[in-house]
Amino acid sequence: MTTIIIVGIIVLLISIVFQVAKTSEMVSTLKGAAQSRKDSNNILGILLLVFMPVFLIGCIWSAMHFHKDFLPESASVHGDWIDSVFNTTLIVTGLVFFLTQIALFWFAFRYREQEGKKALYYPENNKLEMWWTIIPAIFMTVLVVTGLFYWYKITAPAPKDAMVIEVTGKQFNWIARYPGKDGKLGHKNFTLINDNNVEGLDWNDEATKDDIIPTELHLVVGKPTKVIVNSRDVMHNFDLPHFRVKIDAVPGIPTTFCFTPKYTTEEMRVRVGNPKFNFELACAQICGQSHYAMKMAVVVQTQAEFDAWIKDQKPYYETAMPAPAVAEAAPAAEEKKNEAKKEEKK
Amino acid sequence: MSSTATHHVSEEAIYHKAEWHAHHHHEHNGHDHQDTFFSKYIFSQDHKMIAKQFLVTGIFWAIIGGLMSALFRIQLGYPDEHFGFLSSLLGHWAPDGKIDPQYYLALVTMHGTIMVFFVLTGGLSGTFSNFLIPLQVGARDMASPALNMLSYWMFVLSSVVMFSSYFVSSGPASAGWTVYPPLSALPEAVKGSGTGQGLWLISIALFIVSALLGGLNYVATILNMRTKGMTMTRLPLTIWSFLLTAILGILSFPVLLSCALLLIFDRSLGTSFYLNEIYINGHAMVEQTGGSSILFQHLFWFLGHPEVYIVILPAMGLVSEVLAVSARKPIFGYKAMIGSMLAIGGLSFIVWAHHMFVSGMNPFVGSIFVVLTLIIAVPSAVKVFNWIATIWRGSIRFTPQSLFAIGFVSLFISGGLTGLFLGNSTVDIELTKTYFVVAHFHIVMGVAAFFGLFAGVYHWYPKMFGRYMNNTLGYIHFFVTFIGSYLIFWPMHYQGMAGLPRWYYTHSSYETFGHMGELSKFISTVAVIVFLMQVFFIINFFYSMYKGRKVTEQNPWEATTLEWTTPIEAPHGNWEGDIPEVHRWPYDYSKENGEGFITQTTPMKPGEVQLHH
Ligand code: HEM
Ligand SMILES: [Cu+2]
Ligand SMILES: [Cu+2]
Repeated sequence: MTTIIIVGIIVLLISIVFQVAKTSEMVSTLKGAAQSRKDSNNILGILLLVFMPVFLIGCIWSAMHFHKDFLPESASVHGDWIDSVFNTTLIVTGLVFFLTQIALFWFAFRYREQEGKKALYYPENNKLEMWWTIIPAIFMTVLVVTGLFYWYKITAPAPKDAMVIEVTGKQFNWIARYPGKDGKLGHKNFTLINDNNVEGLDWNDEATKDDIIPTELHLVVGKPTKVIVNSRDVMHNFDLPHFRVKIDAVPGIPTTFCFTPKYTTEEMRVRVGNPKFNFELACAQICGQSHYAMKMAVVVQTQAEFDAWIKDQKPYYETAMPAPAVAEAAPAAEEKKNEAKKEEKK
Repeated sequence: MSSTATHHVSEEAIYHKAEWHAHHHHEHNGHDHQDTFFSKYIFSQDHKMIAKQFLVTGIFWAIIGGLMSALFRIQLGYPDEHFGFLSSLLGHWAPDGKIDPQYYLALVTMHGTIMVFFVLTGGLSGTFSNFLIPLQVGARDMASPALNMLSYWMFVLSSVVMFSSYFVSSGPASAGWTVYPPLSALPEAVKGSGTGQGLWLISIALFIVSALLGGLNYVATILNMRTKGMTMTRLPLTIWSFLLTAILGILSFPVLLSCALLLIFDRSLGTSFYLNEIYINGHAMVEQTGGSSILFQHLFWFLGHPEVYIVILPAMGLVSEVLAVSARKPIFGYKAMIGSMLAIGGLSFIVWAHHMFVSGMNPFVGSIFVVLTLIIAVPSAVKVFNWIATIWRGSIRFTPQSLFAIGFVSLFISGGLTGLFLGNSTVDIELTKTYFVVAHFHIVMGVAAFFGLFAGVYHWYPKMFGRYMNNTLGYIHFFVTFIGSYLIFWPMHYQGMAGLPRWYYTHSSYETFGHMGELSKFISTVAVIVFLMQVFFIINFFYSMYKGRKVTEQNPWEATTLEWTTPIEAPHGNWEGDIPEVHRWPYDYSKENGEGFITQTTPMKPGEVQLHH
């Protein structure tokens, strides 16, 4: 019923506007083309003039109003660099934006056709055109140089002591893998994937046996972290908005991103004034039905907290393999551990 | 004089004025026949009729594409509500009044595809290149009227195939308008990648054939069939923009065709150009490995980036022309305008990887694309300054077309500037794949190109149909669309800055950007209203065709270009007598004492200074 009423009202409104428009067209024909153009020209010029400040003030007002809703300050070191290039770009483009929009609407109003006013035959001015080619070019150079300065820093190879985590996207969740005690991510092969082995880890490779696949992504504050990003099926995108991290997850072609968390989750909660704040990992590349729900919780901790957490995590091998197999394999793992210890002592 | 006699004229004759003339005056050969409904309205070879066919088809697609966006905006704005009419419209794709998540993706995908290819390429370039090229360069018709007709019918065929994909049981393509594989290659990954995606690929292949046939024709006509005196530097900027658009299309569409063909092979012949190490639906695809989906991105964007200029260049041309006519002033910096279009056209081929900064590409390669991308902003800026300088000290007549042209400039500024954030790879890491990108390209390309289209329709409607559109409706249409578009797309920057990714069915499950829901609701409400308000354009367009005020002057806007020297109802062949000779450039507005205008057909006065030769 309400639908019918709404549709009825819409149709009514449209036909009223249409009738008014038809009549006004008739009136203007009666008035004569010249007179009616004079009348409408003034009104339209004024409307454009009024639009300009409303629009520009609206831009500023809305930016201030929604400022609190933007991503909070960056939680990673390189994120601050990104934010600074963003701000530089905002200043440059903001300046151009206001100058050109004001000029556009002001000129439109100011130079509307009016009786006794003439147009100026002014087809070109090479000097002027040269300047407004050179000045934007200078601005662009500034933006490119600042941008690329940080781009190379952000994409530089990860430092040797970086923590390495592998993250694999699949429809529709993320799988994070930590290397375990040996510090090595074991070999994997997509043909070995099954419900009990979500990454297709190759159990023949000893290095896989202590790999940990937790349900949350844990990071260490102040520690450079290199994520190796993979996909099991279609393309995904590893997206950590608070850390200003995005990198495609491409099946068969691992990608990497190195970043350093700046605040623990606890610290961030204080900074944003929200005791319930949490970091989140999202997927930013369309990947199918539940693309919008490929979420993983992210926790940033101190090194001590992290060490305690990871100690509690069982290697994936133990959950993946039926109990006897684990028992069989355990001595081998033990041996390896001893070997590692021996090496440490040396 | 009727157009009957001209109709059976052999194609060659069209090129020769004298012969055309002869045909016109003597009913010879004896095989004279009447225009039938079919030969006049359906299988017409008259470029003017073909242009109108493109326009009406484009309007049809714009309504469909707009409807799609209204539907998915309802989901985004009101994720928790159920609407009965969605079920009646979409059937099992919207059980109990809520759009299915996979169908949501299908709607978004089809919206993008339809708008970019069918409306803003086929509809915009197809309409105005066809309509204006022969009329403004002084030619009887296109170089090949038959291929021109074929180009339209390929467009129709492609449209039919695309439209049919709505009716297959697994739904239309749903991998996004960029159809990145593996998602688009695997029916197991998303339902739309079954038959729907297959039809999508076939349709696009047909579309490319249409675009190439059209493009080759446009280039041939502009280069070879200009009337006497019409040198390249006396061409209106519209023609320059159509020429460059056609060249961009000819060079880049074939790459999209190969890109699509390889995807077709991967989908149906078991090749693996784009596939590698995939485990899906419980099995590993061991047969198809070794490919790279990054390769697809390179091929796609090699077309994709020129494509965005294929969309915007004709709009720029139309706007330049409309601004000069309305401001009664020469376009400022004619040569710089051509130069900047050439620069934009050339550079548009070497910036494509700015769509792939986070694909894991070599950082050095990325930096090259940053430099090239920001260089392309310079000619874009020059164009903006020149448009503003054109209206400076003009004597602007506000018509719906001049309002839309001014609106275009405003939108192009707003959207172009956000390109500088995205073009800087460092900032792009944060903003890519978020609503900030959606805001950028809708303002700079989507809405702006629509404004160019509207400006063109309002301006050349009298030439197309011999009647005027209703001005009052035009003004209402402009202000509602202009203000509405900013209200819709401006806030999307904020959503992007809150981290909201594109392609999300709903975002309420995330703490990070879930709070942007209120803003989504606002955007959706405005979007639906603005979509409905387009009815004022639709009514105006079709009503005025039959009931609009009749055009009584040959040159109603007092313009200088050649199309206004044809009879009000121009026959097939355009001019009844000889094609007029051109003596000057097209922008001699207010040259004498700041008043009047001098048509291109007016000979130079003794001692008059000539700007361009
Ligand atoms: C001022 C010059 C411009 C620059 C520097 C620029 C830069 C960019 C960049 C870097 C992206 C990729 C963003 C991302 O995905 O992360 C992008 C996206 C896009 N731009 Fe621009 N742009 C400019 C002007 C234009 C113009 C004039 C158009 C069209 C007429 C346009 C249409 C698009 C489209 C359609 C996309 C998005 C495609 C997609 O991902 O679906 N841009 N732009
Ligand atoms: Cu995903
Ligand atoms: Cu691009």
